[in-house]
Amino acid sequence: MIKAILIFNNHGKPRLIRFYQYFAEDMQQQIIRETFHLVSKRDDNVCNFLEGGSLIGGSDYKLIYRHYATLYFVFCVDSSESELGILDLIQVFVETLDKCFENVCELDLIFHMDKVHYILQEVVMGGMVLETNMNEIVAQVENKISPSGGLSAAPARAVSAVKNMNLPEIPRNINIGDINIKVPSLSPF
Amino acid sequence: MALKIVKGSIDRMFDKNLQDLVRGIRNHKEDEAKYISTCIDEIKQELKQDNIAVKANAVCKLTYLQMLGYDVSWAAFNIVEVMSSSKFTYKRIGYLAASQCFHESTDVIMLTTNQIRKDLSSPNQYDTGVALTGLSCFVTPDLARDLANDIMTLMSHTKPYIRKKAVLIMYKVFLKYPESLRPAFPRLKEKLEDPDPGVQSAAVNVICELARRNPKNYLSLAPLFFKLMTSSTNNWVLIKIIKLFGALTPLEPRLGKKLIEPLTNLIHSTSAMSLLYECVNTVIAVLISLSSGMPNHSASIQLCVQKLRILIEDSDQNLKYLGLLAMSKILKTHPKSVQSHKDLILQCLDDKDESIRLRALDLLYGMVSKKNLMEIVKKLMLHVDKAEGTTYRDELLTKIIDICSQSNYQYITNFEWYISILVELTRLEGTRHGHLIASQMLDVAIRVKAIRAFAVAQMATLLDNAHLLTGNMQRNGICEVLYAAAWICGEFSEHLENPMQTLEAMLRPKVATLPGHIQAVYVQNAAKLFATVLKSQEGNTDSTAAQETSQLMIDRLPLFVQSANLEVQERASCILQLVKYIQKLQQKDVEIAEEVNALFAGELNPVAPKAQKKVPVPEGLDLDAWINEPPSESESEDEQPKAIFAKEEPKHSRPRHTEVDEKELARRREARKQEQANNPFYIKASPSSQKVYQDTPGVEHIPVVQIDLSVPLKVPGLPMSDQYVKLEEERRQKERAEKKKKEKKKRKEKRSGRGKKHDSGPESEEDITPAHQVDIVTEEMPENALPSDDDDKDPNDPHKALDIDLDKPLADSEKLPVRSHRETPKSPAEDGDTENAALQEPKKKSTKEKREKKKDKDRDRKKSKEEKKKKKHKHEEKEEDLLGGQADAPVVQSEETSEVVAPPTSTNPEVSDLDFWLSNAPVPSNTQEATTVAEAEAAPPPEAASGTAPDSEPDQPQDADTEEAKSSKHKKKKQKKEKEEKEKKKKKKHHHHHHHSDGGGEESVQNGTVEEEEPLPPMSNYCLLAENSYIKMVYDIQGNLQDGSQVVVSVIFENKGDSFLKSMEFNVLDSLNSKLQRPDGSGPHDGLTVPFQLPPGVSNEARFVFTVQSIIMPQKLKGTLTFIVKNEDSSTHEKLDFKLHFTCTSYLITTPCYSDAFAKLLESGDLKGSSVRLEGVNMPFHHLLARICFHHHFSVVERIDSCASMYSRSIQGHHVCLLVKTSGQTVSIDAKCDEPTLLGNVLDEIKQTFSQC
Repeated sequence: MIKAILIFNNHGKPRLIRFYQYFAEDMQQQIIRETFHLVSKRDDNVCNFLEGGSLIGGSDYKLIYRHYATLYFVFCVDSSESELGILDLIQVFVETLDKCFENVCELDLIFHMDKVHYILQEVVMGGMVLETNMNEIVAQVENKISPSGGLSAAPARAVSAVKNMNLPEIPRNINIGDINIKVPSLSPF
Repeated sequence: MALKIVKGSIDRMFDKNLQDLVRGIRNHKEDEAKYISTCIDEIKQELKQDNIAVKANAVCKLTYLQMLGYDVSWAAFNIVEVMSSSKFTYKRIGYLAASQCFHESTDVIMLTTNQIRKDLSSPNQYDTGVALTGLSCFVTPDLARDLANDIMTLMSHTKPYIRKKAVLIMYKVFLKYPESLRPAFPRLKEKLEDPDPGVQSAAVNVICELARRNPKNYLSLAPLFFKLMTSSTNNWVLIKIIKLFGALTPLEPRLGKKLIEPLTNLIHSTSAMSLLYECVNTVIAVLISLSSGMPNHSASIQLCVQKLRILIEDSDQNLKYLGLLAMSKILKTHPKSVQSHKDLILQCLDDKDESIRLRALDLLYGMVSKKNLMEIVKKLMLHVDKAEGTTYRDELLTKIIDICSQSNYQYITNFEWYISILVELTRLEGTRHGHLIASQMLDVAIRVKAIRAFAVAQMATLLDNAHLLTGNMQRNGICEVLYAAAWICGEFSEHLENPMQTLEAMLRPKVATLPGHIQAVYVQNAAKLFATVLKSQEGNTDSTAAQETSQLMIDRLPLFVQSANLEVQERASCILQLVKYIQKLQQKDVEIAEEVNALFAGELNPVAPKAQKKVPVPEGLDLDAWINEPPSESESEDEQPKAIFAKEEPKHSRPRHTEVDEKELARRREARKQEQANNPFYIKASPSSQKVYQDTPGVEHIPVVQIDLSVPLKVPGLPMSDQYVKLEEERRQKERAEKKKKEKKKRKEKRSGRGKKHDSGPESEEDITPAHQVDIVTEEMPENALPSDDDDKDPNDPHKALDIDLDKPLADSEKLPVRSHRETPKSPAEDGDTENAALQEPKKKSTKEKREKKKDKDRDRKKSKEEKKKKKHKHEEKEEDLLGGQADAPVVQSEETSEVVAPPTSTNPEVSDLDFWLSNAPVPSNTQEATTVAEAEAAPPPEAASGTAPDSEPDQPQDADTEEAKSSKHKKKKQKKEKEEKEKKKKKKHHHHHHHSDGGGEESVQNGTVEEEEPLPPMSNYCLLAENSYIKMVYDIQGNLQDGSQVVVSVIFENKGDSFLKSMEFNVLDSLNSKLQRPDGSGPHDGLTVPFQLPPGVSNEARFVFTVQSIIMPQKLKGTLTFIVKNEDSSTHEKLDFKLHFTCTSYLITTPCYSDAFAKLLESGDLKGSSVRLEGVNMPFHHLLARICFHHHFSVVERIDSCASMYSRSIQGHHVCLLVKTSGQTVSIDAKCDEPTLLGNVLDEIKQTFSQC
């Protein structure tokens, strides 16, 4: 089981947190801080496993992490997961992000945290590995994003937003055209 | 007004979205908190809008803020609103937010049940998917209960995407709602063979996760997983399965043996390091599980160690780390093979990576021996000096202490060395482990008597140099050492060379800066020292010295009397008064040293840490009894006033208790003793030890471990530990030389020329004798205490609830809750599995004990095929101790010959029979063609042989009896047509019967059999079929529940001779009633090839399926086994005749039954009764029951004292109910069955079983 997935940058700023066991918000932040503290002081050429995050799990749990440029990807897993397997999974996850965002960088994660979550949901579900095949993951993500959201769907989203506002109540004197002009600023991406 | 609303909402549309929020936060670095709080205000406004888009946007922003640590639970209701949006994009936002911040105590969750159910059954697979994903994060027991059935339906969804999610989420559902596990498990199991690899992987994932916590319930899945392991190419799945096997092997060593070969193959073939590593890990687990039984797996160990060495030597730090991790597992059972890589591990201590160093340290712990302990510790001490960073240094320190103190200081040969190591460790700055060193010092000084003088000297020096330790003691844990030093010097002050000096050191003013508990010890031990000093000075004529000592005490103690620490203050003022009094007496020239010393006389013995817990409760003390009368619970307000007047009543009752006279007490005590003696769970005191304890006061009764002597070394002054290493080396050399001399002498004396080993090569462990004559005093424990490890399982572990037996058939009551207005169609697959599960049970039981060995050898001469058949058949029902382990040994051998063929069952449905699967140890991969043969043989379609109706409904002819069977061999061909007609008729006749039996089948409910209750004599159902000088056959017959017309005969062939047996052919002369099932296309008289060959001494099992029509009568079938005996130079054709005895018992199948169902059955009146009496049965009742259960396939429905009801069912659905009563040596069995003939025969067989024992 995976107990938590944390992504934070070189300064410990969280970019994505996903706990598969409930912790209150302040506890979550404490765990992030502690994990960052443990991970950040390690050189890049040492092993990627860490025991002894005292806040999360216990002796059965390990932190398995990878450091990419400015970001740390940390998985907290118990002994039923294969250490090397999880390292591979992190790689798969990052490569998937790379595909979905086209040359992913920290900014992508900052501004599209929700999308990163959706991608992660296709990889890990409820603490268990759902899919490890990158093409499959990308296909699922794109299936869901393109018809009703995401890059190409931004205008559609805006229109549907208008539709949902109980249009019949909108008096005639309001020019729908105005709304359309404003659409670009709505575009999330 | 309307305009205003619209305008407001359009404004909202241009509100910040998530990106704006992020951007804003980044632009307000200096006042982030303020900015966010305004944002939250905005969000609150947005959430008040009716517009779902605005709400969704707000919720999305909240999710981001949640990540930053803001509590957003206040918006839970809005999140639910967004979740219920019909648009996928919003719904997804809602579910994401919910999964991030909902948890079990979020109360709005209960509002979501219907919404989630709607989403789960949505036609849009993405709605379903998003609901599943969200639910996986916040599922509660209520949700799990309400939605379990919906999710279970989704497990058979057409889209693999949904299937795999549904499968995964089941694990969460099981955790929250354990009752769902059994109903859902068959389908989950089915998913292991799902065509989609993703679903398969998910199912493996879930089952592995379940099995990891409660492995024993999943043992029966081993064959299935084994098949997956050998067929799957998905490394993820493989890793999971291999990990699972790692958890299963400790429970079933036979499984381990079976695994070793495929795992070794994988190790050799795979290029994926992750898979390789897991394989190695599981092989290690296998080896550990086997380590007690089978010795010769050195090749596998070697392979593992060798592969791990490669990992450790790899430049990839991750591999290095994992290699060390796995190495430490081998270390536990095979330390020798790891010890040879000591160089590598010591090298890892120098690694720049702390994790790796720590791992290497762990390994060192297990690698020390008497021989290398000093060397290793020396190396560690070097690391201690070099280490930067206190955590690693502390780790080193604890490891050094761990290594040295492990198993009662087993590896320490020189305690002076150890003490000096401890003293050296005190020079570490800033360590947190002062108390650890201190407790070691205390422990060694107390328990190793011989070392006390040395220890005291060292401690005195420490006390003298206390200022070095306490330099900046506030942040320094090392001053704890002074606690030990002071105590040791005080307690063993008789060993001090200069007690006066130490006394002064302990009373320095600086001591007052030490922590209170240390000061307290200082004060107390100063008093002890004072006593010693007095004693030594009293001998002198000059009394001034003694008076000066007293004066010193009186001068210094007031400092402590002023201490803020209560303990220090109290002790100090006490002792101060004492010393003042002593001084007075001294001035009167009274000799007081003796009396002062008496204050501290006696020796303190070490007490084991668990001793307190183990003190037995004294007789007559009831810890649960109330000391005072308990306040009555029913005390209500209107009763209270009454109590005022009736107050005296309870008072009477108490004295009554205490006034029990002596006699009564004695009587009670006697009764209690009697009771305890009869209670197997009461730990009895062995009378001798009790006596010893009471008779010998003082220390004598402490068990003392004697370690053999050699000359103690005296090292003056404060020695460095390094010196000892050298000294030790010299000492050992000397010893060795002496030994050699002795040996030479011996050899000379003997003058036999065959002693050329031994003197060269490394000395063995035993050769090293400790330098000190050391008594390691073991710790005191109260007698009666057993050195047990308390089972400290976390009672809150959610997985505990999932410890559920999955092999039991499902009861009707076990269904997932369904909303009342909706009917869930019962899937046929589920039913099938239920039956399957029911079928497994009896088989398991019988095959538990596998094979039988007999020593008597009948020497049969060769006989040609044409010769008359000799009826040599012996039918014995023997019960011998059967040897699970031994039975498997030959199997391993047969694998090696690699000519052995896969078992007939490796691919057919019976594969679920774990024991059978395990007993055969096949390697499916290299015996493919064989499997096909075997397959055809083992499970040909029933109609092929019987020639009756194509459906497999049970046929129940009543009148096909043994006579017919006998005659049949002569005129079989003629009869064939006739017979078929007959069968058809019979079928019609008994049609109603089927319905009955079908109805009966559903009554199978869970219930335990009695077998596990108490230890039983080993039993076996295998009985001898035939044997000659070449081969021995034993067999067992099992009914097949799925097909009422089939029984499976398992025959174990054992090669008794020393020649190779091959081309075995098994043939039976069919009777009208019972026929051997032969593969399609073969004639009715053709034999079946036994699908393996037998090398000398090997045995193997084959199964043959027979079709039977009537099961109400026992019958015998004649048969022949032909085989070729191959010697080095010749080969001959041999045959062996046998008679297969189909007892009625073999048609019965152990079927559990609930007592209410049982009662209903008896009430129904359909059953006819019969009874039997057994005389002279001399065995405990539970053995009797177990025998009936085991040999006759019954299960116990209910047992009350010496009366039990039992139940079984025939393969054709006859109910057999027994009521077994015993009184003395007479057992009466009243039985009821819907088929009196069958019942009569079963009773006869039971009678026979007991007449034999």
